[in-house]
Amino acid sequence: MEAERYSITIEKKSNFQIVNLKEIVAYKDLLYFLSIRSIKARYAQSVLGIGWAVLQPLFTMLIFTIVFGGLAKINSEGVPYALFSFSGLVAWNYFSGALSDASNSLLSNTGMLSKVYFPRLVLPLSSLISKTIDFVIGLIVMALLMVGYKFMPTAQLLYFPFIVFLLLLASFGLSVLLAAWSVQFRDVKYALSFILQILMYAAPVVYPLSAVPEKYRLLYAINPMVGVVEGFRASILGVNSMPWRELGIGSITSLLALVFGLYIFSKLEKTFADVV
Amino acid sequence: MTQPIIQVEQLSKAYRIGLEEKKSETLAGVIIQTLKSPFQNFKNISNLRDFRKEEESIFWALKDVSFEVNQGEVLGIIGHNGAGKSTLLKILSRITEPTSGRVRIHGRVSSLLEVGTGFHPDLSGRENIYLNGTILGMTKREIDSKLEEIIEFSGVSKYIDTPVKRYSSGMTVRLAFAVAAHLEPEILIIDEVLAVGDAEFQKKCLGKMKSVSKQGRTVIFVSHNLGAVRSLCTKGILLKAGTVIFNGNIQDTIQGYVSKKDRSLLHKGTIVEEMRTIHHGFAKVKQVILVDEYGNSREDFFYQEDISVSIKLEIIHEIADALLDIRIISEESVVIEHILNSILGGKPITLQPGSKEFLVKVKNRLAPGSYSINVGVHASAGNTLEYVEDVYSFTVLKASQEDELSYAHEFVDGYVHQKGEWQQLN
Repeated sequence: MEAERYSITIEKKSNFQIVNLKEIVAYKDLLYFLSIRSIKARYAQSVLGIGWAVLQPLFTMLIFTIVFGGLAKINSEGVPYALFSFSGLVAWNYFSGALSDASNSLLSNTGMLSKVYFPRLVLPLSSLISKTIDFVIGLIVMALLMVGYKFMPTAQLLYFPFIVFLLLLASFGLSVLLAAWSVQFRDVKYALSFILQILMYAAPVVYPLSAVPEKYRLLYAINPMVGVVEGFRASILGVNSMPWRELGIGSITSLLALVFGLYIFSKLEKTFADVV
Repeated sequence: MTQPIIQVEQLSKAYRIGLEEKKSETLAGVIIQTLKSPFQNFKNISNLRDFRKEEESIFWALKDVSFEVNQGEVLGIIGHNGAGKSTLLKILSRITEPTSGRVRIHGRVSSLLEVGTGFHPDLSGRENIYLNGTILGMTKREIDSKLEEIIEFSGVSKYIDTPVKRYSSGMTVRLAFAVAAHLEPEILIIDEVLAVGDAEFQKKCLGKMKSVSKQGRTVIFVSHNLGAVRSLCTKGILLKAGTVIFNGNIQDTIQGYVSKKDRSLLHKGTIVEEMRTIHHGFAKVKQVILVDEYGNSREDFFYQEDISVSIKLEIIHEIADALLDIRIISEESVVIEHILNSILGGKPITLQPGSKEFLVKVKNRLAPGSYSINVGVHASAGNTLEYVEDVYSFTVLKASQEDELSYAHEFVDGYVHQKGEWQQLN
């Protein structure tokens, strides 16, 4: 019977709930349109439109190249500094963009939260998806730069999909956690922008991994973006070997963040409408 | 189908008022709270048996609400503001979860607590249809198949590819409602959405909702528009302070909701039969309204602003020496003033059959507060021929037309105010 398929019971839920994947699949169209909405809305009524996704990282790279490559003469392991920093930036920008967008995704949609039921996880997820557009554009620019610098990737490029997976994993777990917390603590919104800045300098974006003394490496690699940024660069540019140890440690952090994030999210999810 | 499609069992929802504030919203606050928490815990433990404190901080928006809805029924939920209607709808729509009790729903639910949820001004009408539709639980394929119909219904087909921010607010609402009207769930939950748009559009919406309920769908409807509730619903639930005080057919539910006072507001001074407590066939009070000095009918009067009572009578048989009176009644049903045509030198009058109209100027010395009016027609021997009660509710404000006359105190005592002639004797 058709109706029985939709039978539900509404009651107070226990704190520990496993994410209902089936429900998220049922709402995949919503996820799609929300992602489209944020992409379109982000570049609506601007002359350059999606061109900003190209210009922003390019300008940041230019500044980094002048300051860190030119003035501070940071060692870029034989790679032109522009390529070196841009490769780091493409991965980093996705992470920081997704994180700030997703952590704000619930607060900027309070109308939806208090008026309609849908799996709340769809909101941070749509931020993660909409940011992949900028990421893909970044990759295209990266490829063009490599052509410009006549730089050939090596066989390490084969690891690239795996690195992207780890990048998504790191972004997803933290996004979900921060999104849930931001509903209750507005501090998340204010703290995030400078924490992201600190985290960027705590990851090998403007300098190589090798600049960090060996004895601090294990501690350093707890930041999941250390392994991801360095691995991203290694797989695309192929100059150094893949940082497997850092990737391993970072993945553990990411997984823990994901499990904890989903736990907190499902615990707080049912109170969102009452708290916002 | 004997099983009810919706079963609500002892549903309760509590909101914390006092304690919630103690819970900090900033991290710094949480840190301070954490540092203080050993003291707080100690305090809580020593207060364990003091239940009063706990109860004060908890507000029960719903308490032990139980009811059932069968398939095809259209249930109207009515009650005053704060009776728990919105909370109930939010629980039924799964937006918030109950504190205790449960609801079983057997069917696909769409809830419409607002039209146009998720609309983005930068997106076109078409894009917003998809966005809003999926938010309401439709799939892309369902929307694809109804897109033409939705656009047609909205009446904005010419601008469907224009960003919604260029629409007038009326167009936006029409588009939003068009999406909502094409939902096809087994159970539809609607909150006050008819309160938007112009009269023409509201009529269209009402028609659409009627056809939805005719298709055998189950509808739960909340509205202050009693006319709409009456014409749409088959059953009703009356909520008061979070509990169900009546559950039955819609006519009786509305009757229960409309207390005497509300009834007078509803009918704006026109007398309905329930107000007529005495009638002997000599006269009929047709209308009683209060007007200001310019003849405008009003329900709020300034402090000390003079009031006129306009009374329309239908005299059926001649009444010689008729006494007419007006009683001003307090909220506690105390007669505050008795205004009689035959006292203080006034004379009874003779009323010939036909329509009669009176305007009675009353000096307003009433204390700020809410009052109501009774009107009577009596024979000079004292027997009452016609009496209507609570025909018109009105409020006397603390403010006056001239500032220095405004009532300046926090508390209001008594029903009639006068300044008195004050003389100091020593």
